[in-house]
Amino acid sequence: MPERLLLTGNHAAAYGAMLARSEVISAYPITPQTMIVELLSELTASGRLDAKFITVESEHSAMAACVGASAAGARAYTATSGQGLALMHEMLHWAVGARLPIVLTNVSRAMAPGWSIWSDQSDILSQRDVGWMMLFAESVQEAQDFIIWMYRVAEQVFLPGMVGMDAFILSHTAEPLIVHDQEAVDEYLPPFEPLYDLDPAQPRAYGGLVNRDHYFELRYKIYENMERAGQLLIDAGEEFGDVLGHKYTPLEGFMLDDAEYVLVSAGAMTSNVRQAVRDLREKGIKAGLLRVIAFRPFPVKQIRRILGGRKKVAVLDRNMSAGHSGIFAEEVRSALHGQSDAPPIYGYVVGIGGRDVRVETAHEVMDDLLERDEPEMALFVGVKGLPIGPLRADYEIRPLEPLEVVR
Amino acid sequence: MRWVVPEAEHMAEGTLGCQGCGGALSMRLVLKELGQDAVAVLPACCWSIIDGPWPVHALDIPVLHTAFETAAVVATGVKAAKTVQGKDTTVVAWAGDGGTFDIGLQALSGAAERNEDILFICYDNEAYMNTGIQRSSSTPTGTWTTTTPDQRPEARPKKDIMGIIAAHRIPYAATATAAYPEDLERKVQNAVAIKGGMRFLHLLSVCPPGWKMEADQAIEVMRRAVRSKVFPLYEVRNGRDYTITHWPDDLPLEDYFSLQGRFKPLLGNDEMLELVRGNVEERWQTLLARHEASHPASVGSN
Repeated sequence: MPERLLLTGNHAAAYGAMLARSEVISAYPITPQTMIVELLSELTASGRLDAKFITVESEHSAMAACVGASAAGARAYTATSGQGLALMHEMLHWAVGARLPIVLTNVSRAMAPGWSIWSDQSDILSQRDVGWMMLFAESVQEAQDFIIWMYRVAEQVFLPGMVGMDAFILSHTAEPLIVHDQEAVDEYLPPFEPLYDLDPAQPRAYGGLVNRDHYFELRYKIYENMERAGQLLIDAGEEFGDVLGHKYTPLEGFMLDDAEYVLVSAGAMTSNVRQAVRDLREKGIKAGLLRVIAFRPFPVKQIRRILGGRKKVAVLDRNMSAGHSGIFAEEVRSALHGQSDAPPIYGYVVGIGGRDVRVETAHEVMDDLLERDEPEMALFVGVKGLPIGPLRADYEIRPLEPLEVVR
Repeated sequence: MRWVVPEAEHMAEGTLGCQGCGGALSMRLVLKELGQDAVAVLPACCWSIIDGPWPVHALDIPVLHTAFETAAVVATGVKAAKTVQGKDTTVVAWAGDGGTFDIGLQALSGAAERNEDILFICYDNEAYMNTGIQRSSSTPTGTWTTTTPDQRPEARPKKDIMGIIAAHRIPYAATATAAYPEDLERKVQNAVAIKGGMRFLHLLSVCPPGWKMEADQAIEVMRRAVRSKVFPLYEVRNGRDYTITHWPDDLPLEDYFSLQGRFKPLLGNDEMLELVRGNVEERWQTLLARHEASHPASVGSN
């Protein structure tokens, strides 16, 4: 029978890895992810989870151990955050090229310096192009369930996937969690059938030199399988509903039917944006919410269909690509490019480094959106001393003045 | 002691190794005693090339290629999966000196400290040979490489990797070289037999192009490295018990250096040569003292 518990996002992720019957877990401590691996250590030590737990000496090694384990045919899991995900970067590529359906949870936090452990999407979005599938959780329940959903798809396309959850806002906040019945999860997620498993009876070499005659095709297949993953996510999300009681989709709409103004958001801050949309509707403003759950593969066609014909779209980014704009805004703009009924896309940068994104913040964004005539790449919300807006027009580059030394 | 080297071959002929490649010969000899239930993990090194481009594969065990710094930990992951699957497969990490002494040291130390059930083998050709002869922390004093040119040869002594490994107190570590195949095979046997913990083999592996020497002198050079005490053959159990497995015979150092063009800067510099002589002797005396402490009754016997 499913259990109903009050758990944090971190503990929910550990339960997700357990329910998915991860066989090899390798991880390194980093705030605010550490509770995931602490609980998994306990679960493996007590025998409740029959898995091998490797306490490696770095995140780079955590991913490398997962690569080795997955290549030998085991279901592998790890969890990390911020600097740790950045350190894994090389091996994230390796997992893709080696076609290993590893799943990791990233508790998204800001990048240093200055040191910051608070919520920010920059770490995970910096891994945009490595070829991992990416899902953004909004609740503790999703922090658990998305791991299972991700394995279901990853093991069909032989590509790895990561689940993002917001530092502290999800990782350390307790919510009611339905821990699914193990038998039901087993029905949903069959045992991993690897492409290869380093069987000594079949002495082949994997991942060695490839000539120019073949490398392009290998990469094409990765692209092709990522495209396939789009439909498989929809199918597996539907199936999740049939077997485990809650249907998941790559995109989620709220009050979109007749919405003229759409706010686009991902991750935990979406809950506050949703509340703002409710408030706006009460005031008679035709607002709606589009929540991006799957970032890779990016649901381009669905986004074109959903956003086509709206009056204005505001994209909320808890991240920014310096020299361009918020990354979700960039992706949405690119998806809508060339569409005759494409709405103007207003990029809003909010909540960097864990600055609160409140219901009021979403209201500020909407007030600005209604008032502003021309869309901007990046409108900064909440920079001290500045109104919502683009970069300061009078900004000039000045040499830094030496600090006054206080003796 | 004589040991018969098995005749069976587990490596295809015609690999991409250079003439006289010590790394290729080391692999050929190791496979003879490794057993068939084995998997090798190869980080970036000469063997990334020697094994051949897809679909060619020279060994009769599976190989997983991986990133430069990850040999020990990828092998750990492979072993974890095999263990979960109830298999007793021997997992070997096979790395060059760069992937062991330098970029691979962190993962190697981690695996050694955790006493992972893997066999790590370093074939040491004393520089980054695959990228074209750049110095590594394994390059000995006075050596020419493309990054330590004649005007500024390698100034520092070779890193004491065996000392570092022994400090982790793993069950078994040994030095060996293909010039003494019976000794090498016995150590592979020892390493394979000790299951359940980390084992480390340090194989001096000649590189004729990188050492600037004739390929047909490959075996002779490795033999002289042992005879002159530059590369003593020994094993260390549990990081404490030292056994010298082949006794050197006081061959002059110059007889080792003079066969190799890479030591030209050293042979022309008396001060540096005396420094090296002192270091070789000091390391030998340290090893001898450890051997004597481990074998109080049998000093000097073979």
